[in-house]
Amino acid sequence: MRFSRQQPRQRSPARETLLALVSSLCCAAMLVSLARYEILAKAPHRAHPRATISMEPMETTLQTGEAYAIKTDELTRKFGEMTAVDALNLRISSGKIFGLLGPNGAGKSTTIKMLTTLLEPTSGTASVAGFDIVRAPAQVRRHIGYVPQLLSADGGLTGFENLMLSAKLYGMPRAERKGRIAEALEFMGLTESGKRLVKTYSGGMIRRLELAQAMLHRPTVMFLDEPTIGLDPVARHAVWDRLEDLQQESQMTVLITTHDMDEADELCDELAILHQGKVAAVGEPDALKATVGPDATLDDVFAHFSGGSIQEGGSYRDVRQARRTASRLG
Amino acid sequence: MTSARLDAQPAAWAESSALAGLFTQTAAIAEVELKKVLRDPTELFTRAVQPVLWLVVFGQVFSRVRGIPTGNVSYLAFMTPGILAQSVLFAAIFYGIAIIWERDLGIVHKLLVSPANRASFVLGKAISSGFRGSIQTVIIYLIALALGIGIRWRPLNIVGVFFGVALGSAIFATFSLIIACIVKSRERFMGIGQLMTMPLFFASNAIYPLSLMPRWLQVIALINPLTYLVDALRGLMIQGGESIHSLPADFGVMAVIFIILATIASRLYPTLVR
Repeated sequence: MRFSRQQPRQRSPARETLLALVSSLCCAAMLVSLARYEILAKAPHRAHPRATISMEPMETTLQTGEAYAIKTDELTRKFGEMTAVDALNLRISSGKIFGLLGPNGAGKSTTIKMLTTLLEPTSGTASVAGFDIVRAPAQVRRHIGYVPQLLSADGGLTGFENLMLSAKLYGMPRAERKGRIAEALEFMGLTESGKRLVKTYSGGMIRRLELAQAMLHRPTVMFLDEPTIGLDPVARHAVWDRLEDLQQESQMTVLITTHDMDEADELCDELAILHQGKVAAVGEPDALKATVGPDATLDDVFAHFSGGSIQEGGSYRDVRQARRTASRLG
Repeated sequence: MTSARLDAQPAAWAESSALAGLFTQTAAIAEVELKKVLRDPTELFTRAVQPVLWLVVFGQVFSRVRGIPTGNVSYLAFMTPGILAQSVLFAAIFYGIAIIWERDLGIVHKLLVSPANRASFVLGKAISSGFRGSIQTVIIYLIALALGIGIRWRPLNIVGVFFGVALGSAIFATFSLIIACIVKSRERFMGIGQLMTMPLFFASNAIYPLSLMPRWLQVIALINPLTYLVDALRGLMIQGGESIHSLPADFGVMAVIFIILATIASRLYPTLVR
């Protein structure tokens, strides 16, 4: 049996093209409205018009050596009704290792996301390496390094290839790439393993590779989100040593978040304890201990200023992330 | 202040032009993706199974029906470009899963903290998706050869087929990226991905001509990018096949759609980490 053959009607190509263009524009308009809805639903109320983009460093210039590498002014971020970071005022001197402590949900990660330009503040602002995070995010990005909480080096690439990707993304000229990558690998003790796939690395090696990646473009300020979570003690100490060496050699400012009081004690020149999005205490580790009691440890300080909630908190998401990190480390 | 032994970042790095930067960054992202695919090409081969089934089983049976008006070409030859387009669609539409995976691993965070142009992350992925499409094209050509389908071997036609497939693949991968930026979870994405593939496939001219469709379906087919990909491929790939919309129209529409989708995706990409 045959279906009757329908003759396609003769249409002029011009009309056809026009029709197609119009319909694709309709489709695009639909998508744009969808996208806009998404942006509007998620974006914070923008308190800062981007009209005046200043490329010059703000009043703080790092060259004087006196200034603050990170300075937040009433920095606030809300997620719906919940205030994750509440009018934060931090002053972090350049050339220091600064620790941000606090229980889960205290606002550490949100603060780091804002300072690294991943998240816009709901209100308030901050300057990082002398640039405003709201008005000159591109300049901020050029001058910071970032090591995320999860082991995020690409396992399907070699150590060298991971670094090469960073070099290109940061606009490093071709002639300098290989030399600087070799130097970074050597600094982190990874020269031997640079040609191996990262999925064969240990957790500590991946962390050191990520430090190499983050230092490649010589940032003025380095952010590390729980740099040694899930690492064994030997690997942990290796990461600390490399980080301290790196800080010494480059004189950069380091901001780390941590839950680990040993890490805070070992690394940090200064600490701030966050609690419910606010600074509960700030100072040098010894000074903080002294305010709590004569024989106080940092654990005591932490418990004192975060309302004894070291065991509490911790959402499902934190647990899931920690587990994923652990399983990746095998 | 003590002088640092590690020198500071040379200011000159920031000076390269924005366009040159975009090019280098896009190439870097695409290169990384290609390296990973070539190191573990199993995915490319498993993708070959479905088109074989469609052409060898479905196609062979349906060519006997002889009820579908396909002009001067056999039904099998008629559906070959359709199946190529379909396999490209099915592979690319799930591309967003990889982005959600990279987001969960923190890779997206690291990319976004770099000063690289946001568009380079989207374009790099689109190019690598286009490359995967090229491999699928090779596979379909081989199947077509084995089935004795009349292929146009003129080099220009073959180049056109590869270019069309790359463009189509980039469109669907970018569309998938947009969905991923909106839903942000693998489970929801899988649901939506499954939901989209079949309607896109059936509301196109992949396995039957537009003229056979009821009016309402023709309208839907006209806003379906897959239709333009199939139409272009039909005109380029097989002997006796012709493009209904004309090749410039097909490629023009696809280019416009891609530019629009890539612009939206570049805007949405940073919301992945919020």
